[in-house]
Amino acid sequence: MESRDADLALLSALRQGDERAFRQLVAQHQPAFLRIARAWSRDSAAAAEIVQDAWLAALESLERFEARSSLRTWLVGVLINVARSHARSARRMVPMSSLVAEETAELGPSVDSALFLPDDHEWAGHWAVAPTPFPPPDSALEREELRGVLQAALAELPVIQQQVMILCDVEGFTGQEVCNVLGINDTHQRVLLHRARSKARAKLERYVAERSKD
Amino acid sequence: MAQTPVDLMCREVVEQVSDYLSHALSPEQRARFESHLTTCPPCTTYLEQMGSTLELAGELSRGTSPGDVEAELVKRFLHWHRDKG
Repeated sequence: MESRDADLALLSALRQGDERAFRQLVAQHQPAFLRIARAWSRDSAAAAEIVQDAWLAALESLERFEARSSLRTWLVGVLINVARSHARSARRMVPMSSLVAEETAELGPSVDSALFLPDDHEWAGHWAVAPTPFPPPDSALEREELRGVLQAALAELPVIQQQVMILCDVEGFTGQEVCNVLGINDTHQRVLLHRARSKARAKLERYVAERSKD
Repeated sequence: MAQTPVDLMCREVVEQVSDYLSHALSPEQRARFESHLTTCPPCTTYLEQMGSTLELAGELSRGTSPGDVEAELVKRFLHWHRDKG
């Protein structure tokens, strides 16, 4: 409730033309918006253009915002619509429903089946090769390196999987908020998040294993 | 006699890890998942790896400084306020 009150106070300030409130709003959300827009664009300049257009689109609709969702959720919904229309104009647009269908229907399990014992084995379905624990990073530099690996792994994910994982695990949205801003159902959200997280973990595991050989 | 639920296989457990961490498993599924973990160190390791992955993901948004607010955007805001009168 506290955050709804804060949203209403901020909305009132914006509607009164409070420049400082607007600057604070933009500064607060800009880094997250750039991360979110990056999933839909070929480079950071294109992402910045999407974000700029999203702010303008939000201004156009601000009078109609009724605070049924949080201001942040509403703004991200506007951002994603703008990002999708940019993709459409760049002729890379596939309908959301097709993207979701394609990305949830990826064949096979999310975790490589070769890691498990085959069906004719006494211990079928159990680990053939046990995963190796991630060693705790030795230094801040090493942790920074791991973040870089994860960032690259996220960038390689299909767009909706990438978007769901960024919203949930980087930006801290709830599953319901993700469903609302992307217009997808809970089952799809969970499948997409699971696939994205499984791939990201596998990339980190490969990196850690390679590094330990050095 | 009550039927004992069949233990999960590891390859089923890894497919439930994300839902487990998102608290999206039913109480029964959660109980079976946790029961499996008590006897399976590799699945526990897998869960810890996924936990570390999500922790790192959370760090990607930390420490970013507030974004620049372009003068053009502020100008558009002031126009928007003036025009809506």
